[in-house]
Amino acid sequence: MIELKNISFKKDNKTILNNINLKLDDEKFYCITGPNGSGKSTLAKIIMGIEKPTEGKIYLNGVDITDKSIVERANMGIGFAFQQPVRFKGITVFDLLKFATNKNITRKDACEYLSKVGLCALEYVDREINNSLSGGELKRIEIATIIARDPSVAIFDEPEAGIDLWSFQNLNSVFKELETNYKGVILVISHQERILDIADEIILLENGQITETGTSKDMLDRILCDSKCCKKVMK
Amino acid sequence: MNKVDEELLTEVLGSDYEHADAINIRKNGESIKRSVSPYIDIVSKKDKSGIDIIVKDNVKFGIVHIPVIITESGLTDVVYNDFYIGKNSNVIILAGCGIHNDLHKDSEHDGIHRFFLSENSKVKYVEKHYGEGKGDGKRVLNPTTEIYMKPGSSMTMDSVQIKGVDDTIRITKAELAENTTLVVNEKILTNNAQSAKTEFNIELNGENASTHVTSRSVATDDSYQEFKSNVTGNTKCYAHVECDAIIKDNGRVKAIPEIYAGYVDANLIHEAAIGKIAGEQLLKLMSLGLSEKDAEAAIIEGFLK
Repeated sequence: MIELKNISFKKDNKTILNNINLKLDDEKFYCITGPNGSGKSTLAKIIMGIEKPTEGKIYLNGVDITDKSIVERANMGIGFAFQQPVRFKGITVFDLLKFATNKNITRKDACEYLSKVGLCALEYVDREINNSLSGGELKRIEIATIIARDPSVAIFDEPEAGIDLWSFQNLNSVFKELETNYKGVILVISHQERILDIADEIILLENGQITETGTSKDMLDRILCDSKCCKKVMK
Repeated sequence: MNKVDEELLTEVLGSDYEHADAINIRKNGESIKRSVSPYIDIVSKKDKSGIDIIVKDNVKFGIVHIPVIITESGLTDVVYNDFYIGKNSNVIILAGCGIHNDLHKDSEHDGIHRFFLSENSKVKYVEKHYGEGKGDGKRVLNPTTEIYMKPGSSMTMDSVQIKGVDDTIRITKAELAENTTLVVNEKILTNNAQSAKTEFNIELNGENASTHVTSRSVATDDSYQEFKSNVTGNTKCYAHVECDAIIKDNGRVKAIPEIYAGYVDANLIHEAAIGKIAGEQLLKLMSLGLSEKDAEAAIIEGFLK
């Protein structure tokens, strides 16, 4: 369980997040959605420790982690899949999965993690994480590192960003599988209807504030309707 | 051989350094062990210090080890080794030099290696340079490699210099005939006040000749590296030169690319990138639980792997 109390974040005299209060329970799949620039990614980075809040506290299973570093939070059980996965010259997919598990995993173990994200494992396990991999492949490898790490809080920052439709369909089935079997907190930043549809709860963030929370059943139609109404107004 | 010798050889060639079809181990300027096979011969030069390594035609998967070790402080060892690779032969050659210098005088090894590849021969050449010792005498290694490739031949050259070499000037020259391929992979790490300069001069003279040169280097502390490549395409050919360097602390790297297309169908590419470790790379590994120091070490180790 992770809890955010009165979290605010300001940068260059601009308020990015304003008094966020959130409690995320284990075995639940949460989606944060909202317009571009509403502070979604910043919120995810604040939970991972990549950004530090200007005000407020963060608790992981009741322990105050506000001043903990990114490494400490990682070792306490928070995992973060980057919106734009990083490329490494020389480091292979196997190396990265080994770092993620912090164990002497076998190639067979690595292949199992890759298979879970729909990659033909033997084809990828020894590949370098460099420009030879497509955006969709990198995204799936990024997600595989989180699955391999098995954190108690798994954060995915716009997993659908920059990938093609075919890759997205695979990704969607990965999240459905996680929703069914994962024991910790899953927090996904997403705009995608099909990912929002999987969520147990949707959190709508606008202008740095939570404006609404609810089940996907309650919220999805309204969010989509609002965006369509918006389009009508724009016309 | 004593324990230091064995450790140096293991660093340079691995623990299997005596398992080869032909071996010549050189220590402090003299050959201390030699073995040959019916199809790979090693002969001492008569006019200067060095050996001729002669691989007969049609030799399949021959293995040659020719390491050099230097344990005498103040010694400058210059050696001329020529490799004659027969037609259709396929060999792996492991070379390199380990210097142990515990005293204050400089120790230096200058190895001039020439490769003559006959038609359709194939060579994998691995060269590792290593230095150790507590003395303040420098450990200097200046290898020169000349490669002459006949039609249909191919060669891969992997050179590694990761530890303990204070000064290096590495020169590689190659002339490629038609339908030949030369692949060069170079990895260098320098620290303290070390200096490493590498220079490639490659001439693509035959139609469909191709070369891929990849240099990955890391310069830390106050060390300096220079990468200079000069590729000339005189016919329909392909060349790709890639220089990637990571700099840390006060490390400095200079890359000097030169490509010359002397023919309209010559396709030559040079890429160079120098910079410190990207912040996102560190963040990613730290988000997997590695400390900043461990993340940095993992990135460098992977880069030079």
